[in-house]
Amino acid sequence: MVKTLFDKIWQQHLVVKESQETPAILYIDTHLIHEVTSPQAFQMLRDKNLKLRRPEKTFATCDHSTPTTKANDSGEFTFFGKQEKQQVEQLKENCEEFGITIFPLGDKKQGIIHVIGPERGITQPGQTIVCGDSHTSTHGAFGALAFGIGTSEVGYTFATQCIPQRKPKTFGIEINGELKKGVTAKDVILAIIEQIGIGGATGHVIEYFGSTIKNFSMDQRMTVCNMSIEAGARAGMIAPDQTTFDYLKDREYSPKGDEWTKAVNQWKSLFTDQEATFDKHIQIDASQIDPMITYGTNPQMGIKIGNKIPIKNEMQSLKYMGFSEKESLVGKAVDVVFIGSCTNSRISDLRDAASIFRDRKVADNIRALIVPGSHEVKKQAEDEGIAKIFIDAGAEWREPGCSMCLGMNGDIIQEKQICVSTSNRNFEGRQGKGGRTLLASPMTAAAAAVNGVITDPRSLI
Amino acid sequence: MNNFKKLNTIIAVLDIENIDTDQIIGSDHLKITNKIGLGEHLFSDWRYLANGKDNLDFVLNKSATKNARVLVAGDNFGCGSSREHAPWALLDFGIEVVISSSIADIFSNNSIKNGLLPIQVSKEEHQFLLSKNAKPIEINLTDQRIICDGKEMTFLIEPFAKHCLLNGIDQLDFLVSHLPKIQSYEKEKNMQELAHEI
Repeated sequence: MVKTLFDKIWQQHLVVKESQETPAILYIDTHLIHEVTSPQAFQMLRDKNLKLRRPEKTFATCDHSTPTTKANDSGEFTFFGKQEKQQVEQLKENCEEFGITIFPLGDKKQGIIHVIGPERGITQPGQTIVCGDSHTSTHGAFGALAFGIGTSEVGYTFATQCIPQRKPKTFGIEINGELKKGVTAKDVILAIIEQIGIGGATGHVIEYFGSTIKNFSMDQRMTVCNMSIEAGARAGMIAPDQTTFDYLKDREYSPKGDEWTKAVNQWKSLFTDQEATFDKHIQIDASQIDPMITYGTNPQMGIKIGNKIPIKNEMQSLKYMGFSEKESLVGKAVDVVFIGSCTNSRISDLRDAASIFRDRKVADNIRALIVPGSHEVKKQAEDEGIAKIFIDAGAEWREPGCSMCLGMNGDIIQEKQICVSTSNRNFEGRQGKGGRTLLASPMTAAAAAVNGVITDPRSLI
Repeated sequence: MNNFKKLNTIIAVLDIENIDTDQIIGSDHLKITNKIGLGEHLFSDWRYLANGKDNLDFVLNKSATKNARVLVAGDNFGCGSSREHAPWALLDFGIEVVISSSIADIFSNNSIKNGLLPIQVSKEEHQFLLSKNAKPIEINLTDQRIICDGKEMTFLIEPFAKHCLLNGIDQLDFLVSHLPKIQSYEKEKNMQELAHEI
């Protein structure tokens, strides 16, 4: 029987098939956790006197509530408040109590959970991966079935290594053609979300394929899969290929020796059969995509950077943003630029941004915050001389974490400020109460930082 | 978990599309390590003025609707972040049912696990209910029926979710009841046998 990539992984993980009355029971290979959505799940184990079934399949880090400033000489961090400190400390204690591997604050392997999972080789093709975080879809870039869950399901996974699931539908998004210069993976996914809408993939798992995807690096594939949830998708995935295998070879948790050869052979079977069909299917011409930017309060409200805000009866959103229909965004003043988040904080994102910052300065009165996704990314950027470009330009070069994507650690923007951000959500107040977020690629964000106004990055290449 | 069978209450209408979980409960309130007191912060950016006082224009502050236990919201309710704090906040405030023309997957999953009933209705019925702010409504889960202002509507719900909500069943117990199958799956995949079980 012909199968999609999704079907293959789904079937390999069925402990119990679904019936009319009950959902399927799906086995989970890898469980990633962080400090915000796990404490109540640990408490559930204690309340019910349950053990954590497979501690070796769970990996933890703290990223949301962590400061992006350095520790002092005694290794102490300054937290935004007591609650943030408590969350971070409690995660460490919980992991010790239940025997979970943690990459804690201060550790050189710490970083955003969706950056370090792949980086450490924990994320592998064919796996089922869950995390109490909607951007878990990122890991689908490796041909894994990876999705966000709530805290109850974090607890279920702790106790049984399984979750109940109804089988989602499939959505094939085929992207062919060559991208224009200055157009990135971020622009591709923003264009897709603009086209299908914020609820366009609800109930579906997206598979991205086509020549554009094939030519993408793992970093670029992760950016695309990361934002699948912004179209409502359960997950986003891409079939593994040589690019995937090359990325994973010799990583800390990747299989080694004969096990590696065996694993790659098995991973090579993970693709959608030629005859298989999706419940929904669209095609995108990559050559038609321009740098994208959002003008509203959800990720579907995006335009090509040179276009005007459309007439779509989005008055409440436009009022919040302080924009009007038929208005152009290019040339509008910006207050803050944020380059980071699980969407765009990997080394290739930083290289893209550095290509714009090189020999230029951050414009007067602009705060530019650059937050690498992990310590490994940070070190690489420092070794490559990229960090020096940022610092010389006058940007703030920070320690890793989620930072200003959602401002839980105190990295926030002020009321009415306009922030061009490489993160994934422009919801009202997301980066700080009353703050206004415009989502864009690292190049477009960097261009706004150096010009002080919204700028087509192609004018600076 | 509390069970849910039937509810007679009034409707609060929040006619905004794509209400994301950041609006339901902002990230400032995710810093707790328990589930206590989230209702106070439900929709806080909309519910409170800059000076901290109640925004009397907001539906859940108006006398006619502040005790509503059903929220009828615009399309694609609960999109965005997977935070289970969203249903915790709604329930803590007193909302027991959310109705929309579509409800985001993770929010919907999280709601059912906490005894909050997410109901998806047709676009027509949605339009009808959006016009019934402060009107009485009856919701009967057993019959999957809504009665409002003389109109009777039926709704679909996933059978297992219905079973769990009606009987107050914790889905974890369902998983645990399949422990032998989990063990044989692990054995088949050559995983090490566990010294302890559950």
